Amino acid sequence: MASADLLKFITCGSVDDGKSTLIGHMLYDAKLIFTDQEKSLELDSKVGSTDGKIDYSLLLDGLMAEREQGITIDVAYRYFTTDKRSFIVADTPGHEEYTRNMAVGASFAQLSIILIDASQGILTQTRRHARICSMMGIEHFVFAINKMDLMDYSREVYQKISDDITAFMKEIPYKSCKVIPVSATEGDNVTIASKNMPWYEGPALLPYLENINVTKAKRMQEFVLPVQRVCRPNREFRGFQGQVAAGELQVGDAIIVRPSGERAVVRHIFVGDQEVTDCQEGQPVTIQLDKEIDVSRGCIIEKNGRSMVGSAFVAKLLWMDDQPLAVGQNYWLKVSTQKVPATITHINHRIDVNTGDKLSADQIEKNQLVECEISVGTKTVMDLFSKSRELGSLILIDRVSHMTSACGVITKLINQNHNLTWQSLDITKDLRKTLMRQKSFTIWFTGLSGSGKSTVANALEKRLFAMGKHTMLLDGDNIRMGINQDLGFEEKDRAENIRRIAHIAKLMNDAGLIVLTSFVSPYHADRKNAKSIIGEDFFEVFVDTPLEECEKRDVKGLYKKAREGKVKNFTGIDSPYEAPKNADIVLDTVHYSVEECVDQIIAKLSAYER
Amino acid sequence: MDHLDKLEAEAIYIMREVAAECEKPVMLYSIGKDSSVMLHLAMKAFYPEKPPFPFLHVNTTWKFKEMISFRDETAKRLGIEMLEYINEEGVKNNINPFDHGAAYTDIMKTQALKQALDKYGFTAAFGGGRRDEEKSRAKERIFSFRDENHSWDPKNQRPEMWHLYNTEINKGEGIRVFPISNWTEKDIWQYIKRENIPIVSLYFAKERPVVYRDGNIIMVDDDRMKLREGEKVVMESVRFRTLGCYPLTGGVRSTATTLDEIIEETLMSLESERTSRIIDSDGGSSSMEKRKREGYF
Repeated sequence: MASADLLKFITCGSVDDGKSTLIGHMLYDAKLIFTDQEKSLELDSKVGSTDGKIDYSLLLDGLMAEREQGITIDVAYRYFTTDKRSFIVADTPGHEEYTRNMAVGASFAQLSIILIDASQGILTQTRRHARICSMMGIEHFVFAINKMDLMDYSREVYQKISDDITAFMKEIPYKSCKVIPVSATEGDNVTIASKNMPWYEGPALLPYLENINVTKAKRMQEFVLPVQRVCRPNREFRGFQGQVAAGELQVGDAIIVRPSGERAVVRHIFVGDQEVTDCQEGQPVTIQLDKEIDVSRGCIIEKNGRSMVGSAFVAKLLWMDDQPLAVGQNYWLKVSTQKVPATITHINHRIDVNTGDKLSADQIEKNQLVECEISVGTKTVMDLFSKSRELGSLILIDRVSHMTSACGVITKLINQNHNLTWQSLDITKDLRKTLMRQKSFTIWFTGLSGSGKSTVANALEKRLFAMGKHTMLLDGDNIRMGINQDLGFEEKDRAENIRRIAHIAKLMNDAGLIVLTSFVSPYHADRKNAKSIIGEDFFEVFVDTPLEECEKRDVKGLYKKAREGKVKNFTGIDSPYEAPKNADIVLDTVHYSVEECVDQIIAKLSAYER
Repeated sequence: MDHLDKLEAEAIYIMREVAAECEKPVMLYSIGKDSSVMLHLAMKAFYPEKPPFPFLHVNTTWKFKEMISFRDETAKRLGIEMLEYINEEGVKNNINPFDHGAAYTDIMKTQALKQALDKYGFTAAFGGGRRDEEKSRAKERIFSFRDENHSWDPKNQRPEMWHLYNTEINKGEGIRVFPISNWTEKDIWQYIKRENIPIVSLYFAKERPVVYRDGNIIMVDDDRMKLREGEKVVMESVRFRTLGCYPLTGGVRSTATTLDEIIEETLMSLESERTSRIIDSDGGSSSMEKRKREGYF
């Protein structure tokens, strides 16, 4: 049995326009619900409604709170198949309060049915939903003018609203737009043409959905594979797993890895557990390359490297968090499989959902649309949403509450690397290293306050100095008293602290120096970020001293203050320390002396220098 | 790519995201057809690597005997790590489906699951829930956040856009992940057939010893099943649409002994599969949501 063609659509529009009722009635009329569900619907309707009529919305409003209040709070998904087509419908809430749940449905759909109450006409919420649908990439619209039964099935009412829709849709790009007069409760033009509106000559809603063509024009697309994970079952096998976002790939094709720019040739391709010779958009693949190059989660494998690597862009966002958008605050940015720290640097304007006007704003509240500039801490592969859904769509996650604060699309790239290029210098890092007769690298100490980072780093630097090495030790407190004096101890400030230090270390490495850094650096993500800035010449040394021991030592008396609540956000007490899982060196300062710890590091470094 | 290929690709994408982003995932394995599909997808998703997480079966001690032997054979055949968790406190107090009704489900399933997740410190748990099963499931996200008490807050779910999943949690919190959310019962059967996935033989019709009780056909799987007055064990050709604890799982009279016949019956069926689960109808039309809020899958 061949699987029928699938249409994913949503119903949206203002509250009480009858979205759930419309879909409920469609399922009921088309005999698409099971008998036990029908029975329970009839039973529930008797309890809920006064006149004993069937309340079709109860088929979709599945949450207790929804049934109690008679409203839709969150999106419901329903699956049905007619003789012509399979459908997934996301029935979304109409209340402004739950706009973000409506947007969840919109991000998944190809077509949007926007309901309008015939007695009310186009409302602000109608326009808001149409704009959000358009922003999320929907190009096919149906406007269902509902409750025609309450307006005596008047052609004039229909015509007036239809004209308003035409005027409004001039602002919104679309491929198809259809207006259908319906009655969701009475079933007019839901599955079959209404006898009450002979003046309407178009199709009823369900036949229209069965026949509309939403397939995208086939255009030549470049191959894009965002790497989800590295598959290493044994020493012989190293494969990169992900879902092909666009284009095709064959064994023997040359590929380029972004953002690093390294190149290789494809040796094997697997789709699931089957080895194949080529793969295409949508398939879950594992690919093996002809040589060992640095590829990890978040890298994007391409054939031609068409998408951009950048550090700043303009995006249109739907703000979804109860906490307002704050310029300068640090968020997690997710684009495809990349997750990087990002800051909203500037609000360009707020978008009036009703008129589409650009309004100046310095704060953005929940459910508002905004255009803003965002800059990222690490080089990120991105594209315009209009060119690539995969590399042009994003979410922002609050780093403290973990709320998904915003979703959005990239509308303009700024500062990407083909505008701003790294100035190449004649005296290179390699030349400097040769002159200084040493390899340059960064030794990154991490551990709790009082674990002995600075003590060991100090002793190590003395040893290296004695060996004739050129070194520099960057210490937490010293840096915070100087270049980072504007930063506090909030999570976002800690992230910025580490970012700046990593860049300083990198510059010193480029100057030929061996750099030792001694910072608590409690977050895994920040250390990873530091490593990505500094590069391969990076050694992570985990000073693994247990909290109890650090607290016993309490060299600076800080643990005591933290326990008394006099120092806030103190790592280990009321702020987390994420221990490294794969540190290059782990030191045990309880059982080994400072000099023994230094010996351990020197041994590792000599192996590296050879 | 056809419809099933797309569903398969979506599930594999989700599983790989969890393996890459979540600290300590586990896959719940209930031995049923949906679990069999999930396991098959996991084997494909990470190939040639084995799934980089263990599987967990929460055993109420009242499962069909055939289910337990199938579970052990499957784990051995595929070389995967299969954990079993039983709420020993419940066993000690002789909590059973005959005497304790809804409390039985809570203690031996919901509480047991929460104890197991806490014991191993799992931060993400895959479940085989599908949105077409039940109306509160139809509302649930693919990545469904749980607080430190394992509770679901249906009124305040995290938005989930495109396939950009938010996996950030604090210590003690967790995520339930549903990779086959968008599959229907029909999709499951067609995929089992296409991929030739082994399933427990209870899904196929066979002469089995059963009693008729409260409008359900209950199989007498062992001698713990006490007959009520007037009840008689009869041999009937029955099969099961869903599998759970034998005293709570209603069979259907059927002669379907092949996948094609099962698919045919499923397509013709007038009733949803959950009608054969007695526990789901316990407590009215919102009982599933109540249990989910309390930590049930």
